[in-house]
Amino acid sequence: MAISVVMPRLSDTMEEGKILRWLKKEGDRVEGGDIIAEIQTDKADIEMEAFGSGTLRTILIGAGESAPVGRLIGVIAEEDEDISTLLPPIMGLAVQSASPTRPGAPAPTPPVLQAVASGRIKASPLAKRFAREQKIDLSMVSGSGPGGRVIRRDVAALIPSAAASGQRVPSISPAPSVAKRAVAAGSPTPSVEFEDRDLSPMRRAIAKRVAQSMATVPHFYLTVEVAMDKATELRESIQAQTSDLKVTFTDIIIKAVAIALGRHPAVNASFWGEQIRVYSQVNIGIAVALEEGLINPVLRDCGRKSLAQIARETKSLVERARAQKLRPEEYSGGTFTLSNLGMYEIEEFTAIINPPEAAILAIGRIESKPVVVDGGVQIGQRMRMTLSCDHRAVDGMTGAIFLQEVKRLLEHPLDLIL
Amino acid sequence: MEKDERTFDLAVVGAGPGGYVASIRAAQLGMRVALIERDRLGGICLNWGCIPTKALLQSSHLLSLLRRAEEFGIHAENLRGDFGIAVKRSREKAERLSKGIEHLLRKHKVSVFMGEARFTSAKELEIADSGGKTNGSIRAERILLATGSRPRLLPDVTMDGQVVLTSTEAMLRSQAPASMVIIGGGAIGVEFADIYHAYGTAVTLVELLPTILPYEDEEITALLRRSLTKKGIKILTETRVEQVIVEAGKATVRVSNHGVSQELLGETVLVAVGRVANSEVGGLKELGVAMENGYVAVNEWMESSVAGIYAIGDLVGAPLLAHKASHEGIVAVEKMAKLDDVTPVDPRRIPSCTYCHPAVASIGLTEAKAKAAGYTTRVGRFPFSASGMAITLGETEGMVKVIADATHGEILGVHIMGAHATELIAEAGLAIALEATPEEIAKSIHAHPTLSEAMGEAALAVLSRAIHI
Repeated sequence: MAISVVMPRLSDTMEEGKILRWLKKEGDRVEGGDIIAEIQTDKADIEMEAFGSGTLRTILIGAGESAPVGRLIGVIAEEDEDISTLLPPIMGLAVQSASPTRPGAPAPTPPVLQAVASGRIKASPLAKRFAREQKIDLSMVSGSGPGGRVIRRDVAALIPSAAASGQRVPSISPAPSVAKRAVAAGSPTPSVEFEDRDLSPMRRAIAKRVAQSMATVPHFYLTVEVAMDKATELRESIQAQTSDLKVTFTDIIIKAVAIALGRHPAVNASFWGEQIRVYSQVNIGIAVALEEGLINPVLRDCGRKSLAQIARETKSLVERARAQKLRPEEYSGGTFTLSNLGMYEIEEFTAIINPPEAAILAIGRIESKPVVVDGGVQIGQRMRMTLSCDHRAVDGMTGAIFLQEVKRLLEHPLDLIL
Repeated sequence: MEKDERTFDLAVVGAGPGGYVASIRAAQLGMRVALIERDRLGGICLNWGCIPTKALLQSSHLLSLLRRAEEFGIHAENLRGDFGIAVKRSREKAERLSKGIEHLLRKHKVSVFMGEARFTSAKELEIADSGGKTNGSIRAERILLATGSRPRLLPDVTMDGQVVLTSTEAMLRSQAPASMVIIGGGAIGVEFADIYHAYGTAVTLVELLPTILPYEDEEITALLRRSLTKKGIKILTETRVEQVIVEAGKATVRVSNHGVSQELLGETVLVAVGRVANSEVGGLKELGVAMENGYVAVNEWMESSVAGIYAIGDLVGAPLLAHKASHEGIVAVEKMAKLDDVTPVDPRRIPSCTYCHPAVASIGLTEAKAKAAGYTTRVGRFPFSASGMAITLGETEGMVKVIADATHGEILGVHIMGAHATELIAEAGLAIALEATPEEIAKSIHAHPTLSEAMGEAALAVLSRAIHI
C-alpha cells in the first residue's frame, strides 16, 4: 500500500521544515525505520524515518527546499502501484521542479498553487490572494475565522503597513524597484547596497514568537543588584574539591531560581485567557545562542535536582543545543526562562518573555566594584538581574518578592547545596 | 407574582426586530429572559415600518404592472386602485406576523411584560401601564435596550395627521390624495412616493442633498432618479423646505433651491426627514449612561458605559435598519454568554434596501467612498437590459455594479438597481462574509435564465471577462 511521506511536526512550535538532504533517492528500496531524510526545523536538525516499506517512488520537495508541516514531500509505494491519487493535481509541476534529475537547476517553487491545491489550509479566497501577493506562506498563519479559517485580517496583520492603517494594503514593492524609484525621483541620497537573506526556519520562528510576545504580552521589568561574593566563593570551593564537576554561575542561578519558584509558584505560571495556570513542576529553559538564532533547552523538574545534577544536565543540554541535536521534548515545556549575557560583559538587560511562560530572568555580568560595608568601602562582586513579567499573570509585588528570594538565595548560597 | 418569577438573567426593553430576536437567542442560550414592550410585538418594523410598507408596495407594483397589461397579452378594463383595501391588506399582514412573534416568544419561554419600562437601578426595571400606573418591577443581571426610533419632526411644522403626515399616518389612509409633497428623499420618502404615485397621487419629492437615497452609490441614484422621473414622480434635489403652511385642508410648501424660491401645493405633506432614537428611557440618564449625538454610546459588543446595560438597533445609531438591530442583538447576547467566534457587526457587511420599483440594494462602500478611503478600485457593471431573464420579465431597467480593490480583489461594495435587487443583494452579502473575490462569484454557476446571472456577469466584468456585454 502506498504511503504518503509528509513533513512531520517535530516540535510543538514547528510550522515548517527544510529538507537538508535526502538519504534515499527516487527508485530506492526503503524499509520501515530507515532514515530517509534529514530535516532542519526551527530548533534542530532531525533525521526522518520511513514509516513503511516499499520503493521511494517520488520526491516532491527537494533538498534545500522547505515545506509546511503536513505537506506531502514524497511517496513510498510498490514499484507498479498507481500513486496518482495521492498526488495533488498540480504535482506534475512540482515533481518536475523538485526532481533530482536536474541538479543545480533553480527550483521554481509555486508555493501558493500548492497551498491552494493541497486543500489542507482553511483560508478565505481573499486571504489567499493577500498571501500570494505579499508572499506569505498561509501555512504559517493562524486563522481567527470560524473554525480556525484564515481570513483577511490574519494575513493583513502580518503586513505592518496594512495592520497600521487597518484597511489598505499597498503591495510591498520588491527592493530593486524601490531603489529605481528613488533614482527616478531624483533623490539626492544614493541607494544603499544590500543583500536579502532568506529566513531560516529558526529565524522565522524567532521572529514570529518575539513579535507575538511583545505585541500581546504586557511586559514590565524589575531589576535588582545581587552580592555574588559568597556565590563566587562557593563556586571556587566546589571547583577546588572536584575535578570532574564544573559548576557555572548559570547553574547556581538556576538552582536559586528553582528554589524561589517552588516557594513562589505564582511566577511559575501561564496566563490562559480565562485562567492562570500555575505549574507544580519547575522546568527552566536556558537561552542558548546559536549562529543563526537561539534555542531554549529545558531543564525539567529543577526543583528536585541537586546543584550537581543541574550542572551535569545543563552541560549536556547546552552542548547538544549548540550542535543542534536536541530532541523536541528537550526544548519544549518550559515554565520559566533564564537568559545570561554576563559572559559578553553586558551589565544588565531586559529579555522578551517566551510565551506562554509568565516571566524570564535576564542576567548581567558579575563585576568587581567598590561597595559600602559597615560604613567602609570594600571591593565586592556585584551582579544585576532583571525579571520581565507578564503583567496579566504576575503583579509588581509578586515579581518583586520572587526576585528578592532569588537574591537572598544567591547571597546565602549554602541554602543551594543543603 | 413570586419574587423569583421577577428575577431574570436578561431583561430586554423593546420587542422590535432587535429586541425580540435578542430575547429568543438569549433563551436559546439558556438565559431566563424578560421582554418588555409598550405597544406591539414586532415594533415599528413589523407594525409601522418594513412589513406594512412592503405589503403596500406589492399592491402598488401590481397596479403599475396591470397598467401595462396589454403588453403582456391581458385586457384589463375598468382598472381601479383602492387604497383603502391595500391598507387593510397591509394591516392584516402585520397583524399575522405580530401573532407569529407572540408564538415564537412563547415557544422559547420568554416572559413578555406589556408596559413602559423605567430604570430604578442598573439591574431593576419598573413597568408602568399606559396610564403611568406602576405594574410591578423586575430584576435582571443584564438589561438590553432596544427601544428603537420614531420619525423626526421638522421644527415649526405641526403634524396634524390629516394634511401633514408622518410615515405612520401615511400607511393608514383610506384614500390616496390627489397630491402629496414628500419632504425627504431617503428610503421612506422614495418608497411612499412610489406607493402613492401608483395610486394616482401627484407626488413631488423634495431632498436637501444633491441626490435621492444620498447614502447610495451616485451612479445608482442617478439611474433611479431618471427612472422615477420617467414614471412621473417630480423630484427636487438640493432643495430646502422653508415653510409649510396649512390652510383650508391644503398645504403650501415653500422651498428654495440655491436662492430661487417656489411654492408647492399639496393636498398632503409627508415628512420623512429621518428618525430619532427613543433614548428617553426613564432613569437612564440618572444611571450615567453615556450618549453620543442622541444615541446610546456602546462598544463593539453593544455594552454601554454602564456595566451590564446594553443597547442595540436604532437606539445606537445609523444605519437604522431592522436587520442591523437583529444582528447587534445576537452579537450582544452571544458575547454575554461568552460564546467563541462572536464577531462584532461590521458596518460594511450590512445590506441596505429600498423597495421602490425598480428597487435599490447595496452592501459595502460606494465607489466614491472606496476612492476616498484610498483604494484603487476596479468596477464591473452589468445592465439588466443585457439579461435574458430581465427582458422576459419586462424589467430591463438598472444594473449590478461590483466594486473591488484592484490589488487583492477584495469586494468593497455591490450596488444594484433593478427588479428584485433586494433579493439579489444576498449573494453579495454571502460573498463578502466569506471573503470571496470577484473570481469566486464568477466561478459559482448561476442558473439560466435568472436575474442573478447579472451578478456573475458583473463580477466577470471586474475581471474584464464579461460574456454577455
